[in-house]
Amino acid sequence: MLSLTEIKEDILIALNAIRANLMRSSLTTLGIVIGVLSVTLMGTAIEGLNRAFQTSIASLGADVLYVQKFPWVVGEEWWRLRNRKELTLTEAKAIEQQSTYAVAVAPAQGTTKTVKYESQSAEGVAVVGSNQDYAALQGASLAEGRFLTEMESSGARPVVVLGAEIGQKLFPRGGAIGHSVKIGGYSFRVVGVLGKLGSFLGLFSLDNRVVIPLEQYYQHFQSQHEHGGLSIGVKVRDVNDLPEAREELRGILRKVRHAAPGTEDDFAINQQDLLTNAFNSIGLVIAGVGLFITGLALFVGGIGIMNVMFVAVKERTREIGVRKALGARRITIMVQFLVESSAICLLGGLIGLVIAFPITIIIDKWVLPTAMPISIVVIAILVSLAVGVISGLLPAYRAARLDPVEALRYE
Amino acid sequence: MDNGTLIKFQKISKTYSLDEAEEVHALQEISLEVERNEYVAVMGPSGSGKSTLMNLVGCLDTPSSGLYEFNGVNVSSMSDNELARIRNREIGFVFQTFNLLPRSDALHNVELPLIYAGIPSAERKRRAEEALTSVGLHDRAHHKPNELSGGQRQRVAIARALVTRPSLILADEPTGNLDTKTGDEIMIIVEELHEKGNTIILVTHEEYIAEHAERIIRIRDGRIESDTHVRNRKTLNQK
Repeated sequence: MLSLTEIKEDILIALNAIRANLMRSSLTTLGIVIGVLSVTLMGTAIEGLNRAFQTSIASLGADVLYVQKFPWVVGEEWWRLRNRKELTLTEAKAIEQQSTYAVAVAPAQGTTKTVKYESQSAEGVAVVGSNQDYAALQGASLAEGRFLTEMESSGARPVVVLGAEIGQKLFPRGGAIGHSVKIGGYSFRVVGVLGKLGSFLGLFSLDNRVVIPLEQYYQHFQSQHEHGGLSIGVKVRDVNDLPEAREELRGILRKVRHAAPGTEDDFAINQQDLLTNAFNSIGLVIAGVGLFITGLALFVGGIGIMNVMFVAVKERTREIGVRKALGARRITIMVQFLVESSAICLLGGLIGLVIAFPITIIIDKWVLPTAMPISIVVIAILVSLAVGVISGLLPAYRAARLDPVEALRYE
Repeated sequence: MDNGTLIKFQKISKTYSLDEAEEVHALQEISLEVERNEYVAVMGPSGSGKSTLMNLVGCLDTPSSGLYEFNGVNVSSMSDNELARIRNREIGFVFQTFNLLPRSDALHNVELPLIYAGIPSAERKRRAEEALTSVGLHDRAHHKPNELSGGQRQRVAIARALVTRPSLILADEPTGNLDTKTGDEIMIIVEELHEKGNTIILVTHEEYIAEHAERIIRIRDGRIESDTHVRNRKTLNQK
């Protein structure tokens, strides 16, 4: 084996050689730089998407089933599913009465209206008609006042709970409770203001909305008979009961909707998992594309390194001859060149990381909150080392096999 | 210094094949012996096989046939790595073109064989400095080869050859790239080394350099033409 002294000498030689050919070394390492840059940025982007997704998805609740006309993730199927019978409050009632797993059932329907208070006005506000259970399903807290009561929602009282953003907009100095706001021209009394929820996947704000009793909604904004798009949220007692609860729901709905035995369900039961799975498969595609680009860059980089190492071996043929004459063994010469190619690649990897770091910060500040995962940093360093060793192998082997007599004669 | 045979060639041949049909017989059944503490000059015109002989003696190459015993050990069929070990421990090379590493200072150049012998840093430094002092260059330890004169470079190379205390010092045209005066200085050092008990084989094509040796072997066409003892040895050493 190699002695420690020999290894030290090998490292010293390699570093000296790189320093002596700094320009050449840094140019050669460009492929590695790009490879490492793309792998780190890709990792950072996926990390950011993950974070955004995790916070958004939490608003759906892991223990909530959503009974709807369409599944959340549809492809071509949509065209076939459009003729399904709409869901109505009948189904919501049936679930409420018959389900043994449900702890809260909230049918919800929404549209977009302008909300006004005196001279203040907010346009494009999501108006949600629902019941007293809606806040629990959404995991929403109250910043001020209270949520709708059962009395208010079943009695169809003209009351409203404002989303955080609307509360802020219409009542910048607070004190919204008890005041009357106009939604699409109709008066509603404010009973509460929700706490901040943030946005869903960065697409729309969950705070730019108001919640009113569903009956009020039907009275003013949409007749119950021409309705469409009703979603029934069902909160299950325990996340672990989700599959059973789901089966029970299917039974109840099929009975209520008079589905003939053997036909497929004419409704969809959605849950958080669906989106998570869809998201994960997208993440996988992004990672795959990233890996391919990275692989390509590293491959090109590796060939560049190999080339330069061949040149280095040629240039230093005589030096190799001298070293061999003085007693360097094959392995010593081999390691010398492997250390050099690995060091060049490691240099590339580090440059890549140094460039990637500020870009990550920019992404974090302006695009989506994220951070460079440590695992990616470790992977990037290991991969660049591996490329160095692999692309240095052939030139190093050639150097090690040089005939000392020939090498000493080389001009 | 105990006397005895250091180098023993028995019917050594070396054949190079240029292509399938043609072969060059660089050396043909050469037999010779060199005793410890001998000072031998090898002479011969270019193409005589003198370089091939030197490469074989220096364990840089292996013979096509024949037996080579170095220090009583058969080295004629050794592997690359075993030969590297012999070169490292037993042989000190001095080349015509010095062959110093250009980016390393004199001290590091001298340390090199000790590095490959796995000698730890402190002892290595001490021995390398000692060797540099013995050739009168202790004040040039941290100069790079291009900051040294030709004669100084060759003295660094000699220090490098000495530093492992080898059984044999093999000098291939050591004065070939130097002017006469500097060449003479190098020859004085070589002579001193011989006086201290080192075995020296010197390759040269210059008669007056060869005459410093005790014995001259002349090679021609791959064979030994003559092997004579020098009667009137030239000595430059005035001590």
